[in-house]
Amino acid sequence: MGRMTRRRFLQYSGAALASLALGDPLSRWAVGQEAPVTVGAVYPLTGALARIGAAIRNAIELAVEIVNNPYPDLNLPLARTAGLPRLGGRRLRVVWGDSRGDPATGRAEAERLIEREGAVALIGSYQSAVTATASLAAEARGIPFLNPESSSPRLTERGFKWFFRTGPHDITFTRIMFDMVEDLKRRGHRISRVAILAEDSEFGATAAGVAKGFAQSRGYTVAAMELYTSPPSSLTAELLRIRAAAPDFVIGANYLVDAILITRTLKEMRWFPQGFMVHAGFTTVPDYLNAVGRDGYYFLARAPWALGIARRKPLVARVNELYRRKHGADMDEVAARAFTGMLTLADAINRAGSTAPAAIQKALRETNIPGAQLIMPWQGIQFDDKGQNRYATGVMVQILDGEYKVVWPFEVAEAELAWPAPPWDRR
Amino acid sequence: MELVWQAAVSGVVLGLVYALVALGLSLIWGVMDVVNLAHAEYLMLAMYATYWLWALGRLDPALAFPVVVPVFFGLGWLTHQALICRIVRAPLAAQIFATFGLLFVLRYSAFAAFGPNVYGVWRTGEGTVTVLGVSVAASKVVAAGVSLAAFGLLAAFLRYTKTGKALQAAAQNRDVALALGIPVDRMYALSWGIGVASVALAGVFLIPFYQVSPTIGDAFLLLAFASVVLGGFGRVDGALVGGLSIGLLENLLGTLVSPTFKFLFVFAAFVAMLLVRPQGLLGDVGR
Repeated sequence: MGRMTRRRFLQYSGAALASLALGDPLSRWAVGQEAPVTVGAVYPLTGALARIGAAIRNAIELAVEIVNNPYPDLNLPLARTAGLPRLGGRRLRVVWGDSRGDPATGRAEAERLIEREGAVALIGSYQSAVTATASLAAEARGIPFLNPESSSPRLTERGFKWFFRTGPHDITFTRIMFDMVEDLKRRGHRISRVAILAEDSEFGATAAGVAKGFAQSRGYTVAAMELYTSPPSSLTAELLRIRAAAPDFVIGANYLVDAILITRTLKEMRWFPQGFMVHAGFTTVPDYLNAVGRDGYYFLARAPWALGIARRKPLVARVNELYRRKHGADMDEVAARAFTGMLTLADAINRAGSTAPAAIQKALRETNIPGAQLIMPWQGIQFDDKGQNRYATGVMVQILDGEYKVVWPFEVAEAELAWPAPPWDRR
Repeated sequence: MELVWQAAVSGVVLGLVYALVALGLSLIWGVMDVVNLAHAEYLMLAMYATYWLWALGRLDPALAFPVVVPVFFGLGWLTHQALICRIVRAPLAAQIFATFGLLFVLRYSAFAAFGPNVYGVWRTGEGTVTVLGVSVAASKVVAAGVSLAAFGLLAAFLRYTKTGKALQAAAQNRDVALALGIPVDRMYALSWGIGVASVALAGVFLIPFYQVSPTIGDAFLLLAFASVVLGGFGRVDGALVGGLSIGLLENLLGTLVSPTFKFLFVFAAFVAMLLVRPQGLLGDVGR
């Protein structure tokens, strides 16, 4: 029996994936169309993140279908026409690379898609660590790389010429928390003291540092800043100190296990600040509410997107309907970001009028998609010099009656924000 | 001042919970001189067992212990018969590898069986009670009471029953105990049974206020070790004193100085104890 080497495994899995992706376009060649334009997508299709990878894949396939077929009633880029009009109606096709969630594999897959599959641009790769390596492969070969959903701010600080990010990053996410508080102050709430509670690894410590910086630059008092190691056996000491510091609101960067403990400890202490806002959206994981029930109500989380904005933005409901018809589930925020990223890339390739990477790069730089043509709560998409979409932002959701409701920005809110959160004895 | 008092009361309650987690580790360590690195994995498994009894069988966690504890007693006994009896007289490294391996087997079995998700029990009437003027979750007070009862029962068992005395004899000197006709191997198996059953008891009463995932043992294993070392090797009540010391140190210094360093205080005390009084607070010299 031959030994399964790493290289051979990659070859086999790559071939399998490529043949899967090829099935559909092959039948189209048979009816006599010009060769499609190939975009490579590197995502975690297997491994621990496979479930997220599957949602992203569904979203990207839906975006490609909308580009390739006429959808006259959708106000999205390239929806009304079939294929890419400026390239003579050529179709778009996606070839998939499986990062398995690993940065080295992600880079190898990106190289394979460019060199063997003829990808003219890449999209990927969910995790910031994989996006960092896969985009390195694209940068080295002069191929545009569009990233819809990684949140590390560092990615657009590398001085890359071929890297573009449509979605928000962690600094944006902290900014929306403070923007919401500013709006609340305008409504007459007295808010001046903030406390920060974060786990002490890369994720939590970085978010805590960013939150502290925003608080100071906007004139808030950082009443307490507590870091702990996850999983914690107890958070009593941390929360006693925070309560003693009497903050008006608390910003948290916590993992799910910590979040459950925080909720229970706050209830035990019979204390809740005016608002408790968290990063990474632990509260949007169903496990959280299953574990804490009603005690989890009123927590606020930042989110890049939420289906709830459909109430004020009918386009979202229509796209979600198509998605659900195809895949049997509602879109989630990662899928929404991936969908938007794919359409942005398709729009640039079309405007480039060519499959030359340099032409696509130039078109990406000139991207100007208005907010009305997006399923995101953004003013639009325009890239700054670093390749970051200057309008990328998010929404704040609050858990109200067991559901995650968009409560800010007030223009797209689907429910009234509960601020201050009611005390425990009135819940 | 109120803050100090609050931290102290929560610290005592938390310390009693830590002590209950450490009890089984201390017993096995004291009787057999085997360090069970997989100790906290049994805690995790017992938490899962209690969780599933609640989620699927609608059995209240407070009533789950008559089911969970005997099963884990059997599991502890079985672990001894299948694995530990082969390494009792093996070099220390072999013992460490064996129980470390056991840790991985148990942890990744949990991953395979339950996935990486986090589970917790949520009950509607979950209330708080006022202990000495401080509001504490009722389930924590129950767990602290169970901890005290478990220590009392075990002490009585060791002191007043024939089997308990035989267990102590096996702990003190294996060869003499054998010469006196004490079935030492069975005593060892018994200590594993009781040790694992007691950590399962901790798991049962922990789940109402602490969530479970396959890696949750990490939050408790080192604290259990520190409890045993601080309190004193070879004495079951050492775990009680050790657990209480850690709960108090963590909460008092954590609240007053900085929570970021709370485990620094705990492990600084641990190192200081090893340097100044290696037998622990209650330990006997010469063991």
